[in-house]
Amino acid sequence: MLCNECKKRPAKVHLTYIIDHEQTVQHLCEQCAREKGEFHFDSHPPFSIHNLLTGLMNLDIQPAAQVMGNVVKIQCVSCGLTYAQFGQIGRFGCSSCYLTFADRLAPLMRRIHGSTQHVGKVPARAGGSIKLRRSIEEMRDHLQNLVEREEFEQAAQVRDKIRELEVRAQNGGDSHEEC
Amino acid sequence: MKSAEGVGLQSSKWMSGSGPDGEIVMSSRVRLARNIQQFPVPFLASDSQLSKVSEQVLAASCLLREQMGDQNFLRMDHLEPLQRQVLVEKHLISPLLIKEPHSSAVLLRGDEAISIMVNEEDHLRIQCLLPGLQLEVALEEANFCDDLLEAGLDYAYDGQWGFLTTCPTNAGTGLRASVMVHLPALVLTKQINRVLSAIAQVGLAVRGMYGEGSEVTGNLVQISNQITLGQNEAEIVKNLSGVTRQVVEQEAQARQILLNERRDRVCDRVNRAFGILRHSWLMSSQEAMQLLSDVRLGVDLGLISEVPGTILKELMVFLRPACLQLAAGHALEGIDRERERARLIRRWLTPQEDAK
Repeated sequence: MLCNECKKRPAKVHLTYIIDHEQTVQHLCEQCAREKGEFHFDSHPPFSIHNLLTGLMNLDIQPAAQVMGNVVKIQCVSCGLTYAQFGQIGRFGCSSCYLTFADRLAPLMRRIHGSTQHVGKVPARAGGSIKLRRSIEEMRDHLQNLVEREEFEQAAQVRDKIRELEVRAQNGGDSHEEC
Repeated sequence: MKSAEGVGLQSSKWMSGSGPDGEIVMSSRVRLARNIQQFPVPFLASDSQLSKVSEQVLAASCLLREQMGDQNFLRMDHLEPLQRQVLVEKHLISPLLIKEPHSSAVLLRGDEAISIMVNEEDHLRIQCLLPGLQLEVALEEANFCDDLLEAGLDYAYDGQWGFLTTCPTNAGTGLRASVMVHLPALVLTKQINRVLSAIAQVGLAVRGMYGEGSEVTGNLVQISNQITLGQNEAEIVKNLSGVTRQVVEQEAQARQILLNERRDRVCDRVNRAFGILRHSWLMSSQEAMQLLSDVRLGVDLGLISEVPGTILKELMVFLRPACLQLAAGHALEGIDRERERARLIRRWLTPQEDAK
């Protein structure tokens, strides 16, 4: 089969688009595919961590879809990266990709890290409300301890502090304090 | 901006200093990966987006640069290719940073212990590199930089996935901690494979330095964390420190065995290496690394007293191709490079030539 674009070289890249339930198929040679920017590839990419990731991710994808190079319809609205591309390069395109691919991330992260929940640093600005929520949880634990030890005076103070923090959390984080 | 400034053949802090357990642990490194919320990651971003990232970081680093004192913001496209390579050889930047030099930069502290890479795989890579085993200090310093930068940047962050890094292997803390350890006695006593495979079993990554694949060159090994999600920064660093301390102990025991049971053989080996380094006319980098490792062992065991202990760390950097060529002032290929390498070593090791 010859390339749809140049009609000279043999087609090696087969792209299937599904837009509004309508399917179109394009057959391109490597050069035209590269020029059209439809496909990112190096002719001899060095083997790297990303190849291994691809292996991990593709465990979830049907082999037939890979062979045909079908463009899976999950695509990040922010940067345009598709899940198929993510599978090929093993890297996210932007922060929204994490949301877009959220459904498929948990198994991947579990394979890599054995976990699906960040427990480390919370940045002051980006994680303002998260930080607040975490400290409320910590104080609740503390409160529980105090009650068990019957240190009620201190417990009352902690309870008031928790209420105060909860009000702040409802008012949309603690941004005023950071500025 | 002047290009040559900040790129030279002075020793970085990790090379000239010693630090805790400095006889065995050459360096401790901590790096944090961060992206900025509103831009695509570097490999997808347009040139104008990349330069906006660079501008934002430069603006946000105002306070940090004040705190740092002596520092340099180096745009990669303002440096000669050789100068960029020198920064890589000194471990101050990653090879990836200079792959697309038109859009990347590094903010480098005067003592070269802190380097903040802009537009690497992530928008920001904050690195702290110190001599000896002091991962906790390195983490503290990197965190300090991170906090000051975050005050002026919108980091990409999520409650579940933590810092949203370009590669899922860095998600969560975005923290990679590593140590470079010198283990000649474990190699000589043939215990190295046992120790390395034990390290791999506790979820840490091990690799040889400067070697092809897994081969250990110069008896230098790098140990680093693999998991970045589900453990906090302090835990990750504590685990690695703990394992490193065990390795240090094993190496120290092996050194004691060498001294007690094979003193003459070891003494011969290290002095022979010293002799070859002092009198060779041509020297490959592979051979140099092995001999330097032997000499350093001799210094550590008190069998060689004429040279400073920093010889291994300083020369393993200064003998690499870009440093060698920068020192020579012109390009060097093949045998010229080997001759220059041997000359530099002789100058280092021979007192009278050093004086002139």
